[in-house]
Amino acid sequence: MNKIVSKKQLSDNVFQMEVEAALIANERKAGQFIILMIDEALGERIPLTIADADPARGTITLIFQTVGATTLKLSKLNVGDALAAVLGPLGRPTSIRGANGEPAGHVVCVGGGIGVAPMHPIAQALKAAGNKVTIIMGARNKSLFVMEDEMRAIAGDDLILITDDGSSGRKGLVTEPLKELCEAGAVDEVIAIGPPIMMKFVALTTKPYGVKTVASLNTIMIDGTGMCGGCRVSVGGATKFVCVDGPEFDAHQVDWDQMLKRMGAFRPQEAAAKDHVCNLYKGI
Amino acid sequence: MTPKERMAIAPQAMPEQDAQVRAHNMNEVALGYTAEMAKTEASRCLQCPTKPCMQGCPVAIDIPGFLAAAAEGDFATALKIIRKTSLLPAVCGRVCPQEKQCQKFCTMGKVLKDVDKAVAIGRVERFCADLARESGTEEPVTCAPKTGRKVAVIGSGPASITCAADCAKAGHDVTMFEAFHKCGGVLVYGIPEFRLPKSIVRHEVEGLKKLGVTIETNYCVGRTRKVADLIRKDGFDAVFVGTGAGLPKFMDIPGENLNGVFSANEYLTRANLMKAYLEGEADTPFWHGKKVAVLGGGNVAMDASRMALRLGAEKVYLIYRRSLEEMPARKEEVHHAKEEGVDFHLLENAKRILGDDKGFVNGLECLRYELGAPDASGRRSPVPIAGSEFTLDVDTVVVAVGNASNPLIPATTEGLEVNRRGNIVVDPETNMTSIPGVFAGGDIVLGAATVILAMGEGRRAAAGINAYLMKDRS
Ligand SMILES: Cc1cc2nc3c(=O)[nH]c(=O)nc-3n(C[C@H](O)[C@H](O)[C@H](O)COP(=O)(O)OP(=O)(O)OC[C@H]3O[C@@H](n4cnc5c(N)ncnc54)[C@H](O)[C@@H]3O)c2cc1C
Ligand SMILES: Cc1cc2nc3c(=O)[nH]c(=O)nc-3n(C[C@H](O)[C@H](O)[C@H](O)COP(=O)(O)OP(=O)(O)OC[C@H]3O[C@@H](n4cnc5c(N)ncnc54)[C@H](O)[C@@H]3O)c2cc1C
Ligand code: SF4
Ligand code: SF4
Ligand code: FES
Repeated sequence: MNKIVSKKQLSDNVFQMEVEAALIANERKAGQFIILMIDEALGERIPLTIADADPARGTITLIFQTVGATTLKLSKLNVGDALAAVLGPLGRPTSIRGANGEPAGHVVCVGGGIGVAPMHPIAQALKAAGNKVTIIMGARNKSLFVMEDEMRAIAGDDLILITDDGSSGRKGLVTEPLKELCEAGAVDEVIAIGPPIMMKFVALTTKPYGVKTVASLNTIMIDGTGMCGGCRVSVGGATKFVCVDGPEFDAHQVDWDQMLKRMGAFRPQEAAAKDHVCNLYKGI
Repeated sequence: MTPKERMAIAPQAMPEQDAQVRAHNMNEVALGYTAEMAKTEASRCLQCPTKPCMQGCPVAIDIPGFLAAAAEGDFATALKIIRKTSLLPAVCGRVCPQEKQCQKFCTMGKVLKDVDKAVAIGRVERFCADLARESGTEEPVTCAPKTGRKVAVIGSGPASITCAADCAKAGHDVTMFEAFHKCGGVLVYGIPEFRLPKSIVRHEVEGLKKLGVTIETNYCVGRTRKVADLIRKDGFDAVFVGTGAGLPKFMDIPGENLNGVFSANEYLTRANLMKAYLEGEADTPFWHGKKVAVLGGGNVAMDASRMALRLGAEKVYLIYRRSLEEMPARKEEVHHAKEEGVDFHLLENAKRILGDDKGFVNGLECLRYELGAPDASGRRSPVPIAGSEFTLDVDTVVVAVGNASNPLIPATTEGLEVNRRGNIVVDPETNMTSIPGVFAGGDIVLGAATVILAMGEGRRAAAGINAYLMKDRS
C-alpha cells in the first residue's frame, strides 16, 4: 500500500500527487516510470512517469491527466488514501547528454500538454550536466499548462510557451519554434514528450536537419517488465518493447503511424469504461 | 488381489463438465475423482518391483508406495509419501504431461497397449492433495530452529514457491519478491482458472506465509533493487532467481503489430490475472475477438484457444505446422480443446497477418505444410508446400509460439553468466550461478519447461542454499 501524502489540482483535468514509495524514490532516475493499481482485485495497471522524487521523505511525485476510467478514479482519491500497488522504477533512464560521454551542448526539450511533467526531471538533469536547455511547452490553451514556474526555473529566458489558440505565449504549434531553432543551426539534441501525434511531427521537423531526436513513448502497457509484448512498437524496422527497451527511442526510427494505430486498439472499451465511472461519480 | 484381477478393473474416467457448457464458463473442466474412484484407480497398480513409473517422474515420487496407500483408502499416508518429494501435488496432478512422464512408463499402459489406460497416477495424486486441502487435514509443517540467515527468493512461480518453502523449513528467514501484484507466476497469469483453480495457488501461497515467509509483491528485482544490493545493502546471505521464461516470442511475419494481434502472454494475462473476462467489473479491457486464430501447438496455445471460446469467440482456429503426433501440448488439453470446438488446422502455418486501413486485423494468410525428413530433434520437420497459400477470415491472432527467458535480471546483474539463449547457467548439483551465493532455477535456467521440473529445480536450489549457508557458518 502506498499512501498519498499530498494532492494538488494543476488544471481542469491535471492532478499532482505525492505518494509514499521509499525504494523507488531512492532508485529512480530521470525518464523512468511506475505502474500503479488503485485496486488489486479488479483494477487496471497504468503507467505514469515519475515527475519528481524526494528520497529523504521517501515519496515520488506523479502528474496525470484524467483521460479515462483509471485516471478519473485516481483523481478522486485524497490525502491519506492509499494506492494498492506501485511498481517501479521501470524503463531505462534517459541518456543525459553531458553525462553519457557526449559533450554537453544545446538541448531543446519539447513538452506537449501533460508531457511537460515527465520532461521536468529530464530537463533538470540536462541542466545539471552542463547543457544549455531550451524548453518549448505547448498546449491547446493557457489553462492546460502545467509546471510553468518549475520549467522557467530551469530554462529562464529560454522557455518558449505556445498555445493552439494564442491564449498564452505564441499562437501555433510546438514545431514552429523548433524549426526556427534548427534553422539557426545551434541545436545538438531534441527530446520530445507529449501526444504521439506531436512527437511524430517533432521527428519530421528535425529530420531534415539531422538533429538527434529522442521521444518518450507512452504505449498501452500491462506488466511493464517485458512479459506481455503489449507495449511493442517498430523502431528502425525491429520490434521493441517500450517498457524494457524504452521508453525513449530515436524518434526518426519510430514507426509513428503504427504506434498511433496501436494506441487506439481498445478505444471503444475505454470509452464505455469511462462513461461508467463518470456516471458512478455523478451518482447515476 | 492378483495382477489379473487388477488388470480387469476398468480405468476410472475423470468426471468432467459437459463440453458445450464448459466452453462458456471459467469453472474447472475436470471435476476430480470421488474417494471411491480414487481407491479403485489406485487398485489398478500392479506394484511392479522395478517401479518403472518412477523413472518417468522428474521428482521420483514413490508412485507404487502412494498408490498402495490410496488403494487402501489411506489418502493421508498417500499424501505424506507424495509430499516427501513433491511440494505441489494439487498443481502437478492437474498439469503434468503425465502421458510423457510417469504414465508413459507404466506397465499397465504397456500391457493394455494404450498410454491412456495406464494407471491414472496424476489423478489419484490430485485427489489426495485436494482431499487434504478441502477438509483442512493437511499436516502442519514445522520449521527447524532459526539459523539467522536471510534468503531472498525472486519470483513466485513453482520454482520459487518450492525454494522458499524448503528454505523456510530449514530455519532461514525468507523474503519472496514478485513483480506482479499476485503470487504464483505462470500458475496465476498463464494457466487459466478452468484448468487450475486460482484458489489452489492462493492456498500454496498462504502456506508459505504460515511458514513465516515474507512476501513483497510489486517489487521488480533489477529495477526496484538490484540483486547485488539485496546482498550488499539489505543483508541477504543468499538469493534465488526464479524469474521464469516470460519473454514472448513472435513469428517475425508481416502484420504482427496490427491491432488484434496478441502474444499469448498478453491475451492470457488480461483474462486470468487482470480478470478482464469479468466485463463491467474489471477495469482492464479485453478484446472482443469473434474469429480467432491461435498460432502454436503447446499448452499455451491450447489455453489461449480455449480461453478465446470462453471470451465469446464464435470460431477459433488452432494453426500448427506439424501434425497431431508432434504436438507438444498435454494430450488431455488437446482432447478437451477439440471437444469444446476448437478447429484444428494441422500442417499449416501463418505467413502474413492482414489488416484494414485503421490497423485492425482482418485476415490471416496461411501456407500448407507437409512432413519431411526427421530434423535434429528427431521430429519430422515441416516443409512448406509452394503455392499453397490461402486466407482465413479472422479478427484476432494470438501468437503462442513459445517464450524466451526474461533478460531483466541478467541485464542488471554484473557477473551473472547466461548461455546463448539467455538462460542462467548453474551448477547442476547445487543450482548455484556464476556468482557465489546467487542460485537460480526453473524456466530461467531450463528455458520454457514444466511445473514439475521448475519445482524440482527449486528444491535442488534450496538444498544448495542450505549447504552454502551452513558451510559458510562453520
Ligand atoms: C511510460 C509511460 C509514461 C506515462 N506517463 C504519464 C504521465 O506522467 N502522466 C499522464 O497523465 N499520463 C502518462 N502516461 C499515459 C497514461 O498511462 C494513460 O493516460 C493512462 O494509462 C490512461 O488510463 P485510463 O484508464 O485513465 O484511460 P483509458 O481508458 O485507458 O484511455 C482513455 C483515452 O486515453 C487514451 N490513452 C490511453 N493511453 C494513453 C496514453 N498512454 N497516452 C495518451 N493517451 C492515452 C486512449 O486512447 C483513450 O482514448 C504514460 C504512459 C506511459 C506508457
Ligand atoms: C499458458 C501456459 C500454460 C502452461 N501449461 C503447463 C502445463 O499444463 N503443464 C506444465 O507442466 N507446465 C505448463 N506451463 C509451463 C509452466 O507453467 C512453467 O514451466 C513454470 O511455471 C515455470 O516456473 P518458474 O517458477 O520457473 O517461473 P514462472 O512460473 O514463470 O514465474 C516467474 C515469476 O517471476 C516473476 N518475475 C520475473 N521477473 C521478476 C523480477 N525481476 N523481479 C521479481 N519478480 C519477477 C514473474 O512475474 C513470475 O511471477 C505452461 C506455461 C504457460 C505460459
Ligand atoms: S509429479 Fe507429475 S510426473 Fe510425478 S507422479 Fe505426479 S503427475 Fe506423475
Ligand atoms: S508402473 Fe504402473 S502399475 Fe507399475 S507400479 Fe508404476 S503405476 Fe503401478
Ligand atoms: S508492458 Fe508488457 S511487455 Fe511491456
